[in-house]
Amino acid sequence: MDDLYREVIIEHYKNPAYRGKLDPHDITFADNNPLCGDHIQIDLRVGDNNIVTDARFDGHGCAISQASADLLIESIIGKPLDEVKKLNKQDVLDLLGIDLGPVRLKCALLSLKVLKAGVYGLGEASDDLVE
Amino acid sequence: MESANFPLFTIILMTLNIQKIRADFPILNREVKPGVQLVYLDSTATSQKPLAVIDAMDSYYRNSNANIHRGVHTLAEEATKLYEDAREKIAKFINAPSARQIIYTRNTTESINLIAYTWARANLKAGDLVILTEMEHHSNLVPWHILQAERGIELEFIPVTDNGLLDLDVYKTLLSRSPRLVSFTHMSNVLGTINPAREMIVMAHAVGAITILDAAQSIPHLKVDVQNLGADFVAFSAHKMCGPTGIGALYGRLELLEAMPPFLGGGDMIKEVKLRSFRTNSLPYKFEAGTPAIAEAIGFGAAVDYLNSIGMDNIAEHEHEITEYALERLEEIPGLKLFGPSADKKGGVAAFTLEGIHPHDVAQILDKDGIAVRAGHHCAQPLHEKFGIPATSRASFYLYSTKNEVDMLIQGIYKVKELFA
Repeated sequence: MDDLYREVIIEHYKNPAYRGKLDPHDITFADNNPLCGDHIQIDLRVGDNNIVTDARFDGHGCAISQASADLLIESIIGKPLDEVKKLNKQDVLDLLGIDLGPVRLKCALLSLKVLKAGVYGLGEASDDLVE
Repeated sequence: MESANFPLFTIILMTLNIQKIRADFPILNREVKPGVQLVYLDSTATSQKPLAVIDAMDSYYRNSNANIHRGVHTLAEEATKLYEDAREKIAKFINAPSARQIIYTRNTTESINLIAYTWARANLKAGDLVILTEMEHHSNLVPWHILQAERGIELEFIPVTDNGLLDLDVYKTLLSRSPRLVSFTHMSNVLGTINPAREMIVMAHAVGAITILDAAQSIPHLKVDVQNLGADFVAFSAHKMCGPTGIGALYGRLELLEAMPPFLGGGDMIKEVKLRSFRTNSLPYKFEAGTPAIAEAIGFGAAVDYLNSIGMDNIAEHEHEITEYALERLEEIPGLKLFGPSADKKGGVAAFTLEGIHPHDVAQILDKDGIAVRAGHHCAQPLHEKFGIPATSRASFYLYSTKNEVDMLIQGIYKVKELFA
């Protein structure tokens, strides 16, 4: 019926593979989308050569925000942090396979904002991180 | 097109000639995309605008555009008259004793902030108690948070019961602590609850407190008489009552407004300016610094004329009918949870959650069928926290809403459920 609600998105929303928390972890960060109250926390374990060895996300929100978090986490496991730092808006849209208007873009990019703020060790997840 | 879907008895029961009213709102005719008609169920966020309002603003810019109050030329006089006539209309609409007691602001938020920055800063000191409620919009919370940080005032909140009403027993207990100010919403923008404003104001006055009524959601939908309510201050916005954005009003009791220090400084709010001093202008100009939203004020006046031409009692009755029907239909849907009291205690608002589906997704999927509802916390985050939910979907109704539109909403919600099944 709907491009935005492709099966893959509904599937990742209903049965996320990477929902949860990591204890212990090397990096953790959490933030909200102030517009709708969506919340995402991301925990990372980082091994030798700064490779992401494991990652999880937790939180609540719409199908777009939760599915994009699950897809994002899936995509970074096994990657070096340097590569994670380079991820941008288009990478997330490619993972989702959809185009989004400005409002829902914020939902989709919340997890990337949280991830990058954590990886860079910043106190705040700003919009600049995902341009 | 609309009536074709109504059973005959519905037409007879309808208080208003809805088809005629809908024809007054050009936007209601538009398609959201080819072949998909707009179903606008978001009037609580902002109402649509009738042609009369659009024309009044258009005519001002085409024929009478000039700055007000200063010029002596024809256009300046016309503009000033239109601007001040609108103020008179607004005053009459809420039964204010005089137009001098209507201060133009940008919106309800600015009206409340005006009181917080003038009356409250002149009158409240550390330890003074301000009573709010758990169902307030952020615009009636944050100005007081700011003052609390600055002044050390104390804030207490009248709790909301599970069925979405204010707990007046707790209110009584709080009043025994001699509050200086009680500020509350007349009608909740999420629950739709219509609070017993008159009773609450009488109770506040009995202990010497000043009252602010946030009437952003009530004045567009009910007959509000500020003298009958006895309110000290009443804040509201044009854009929720068929008027333009960018203009609102603050009503205040004369002796309070007279005693208050000015708000913003600049042109128009002064009687006299020296290099090192100024004297404030008389009411209402004391609170209106700078060139105001002239076209918007004129549009505000036209909106009041329009609502009067339909009749506020008729509007309230129509909305009640629609709301009753909507709540009944929504309740049938498995997994749907409604928030707020029953139809007899609320205005035309239906906030709900669907089990396992985020409100944003609900709104997005409904949009595909042209149905506009709002999703989120509706600027009432503490209220949502109280109910343990991050967000709700909200459908809201106005004088142009139809039962057919409610039916489309219901169909749309079933589609959402199917997609997520």
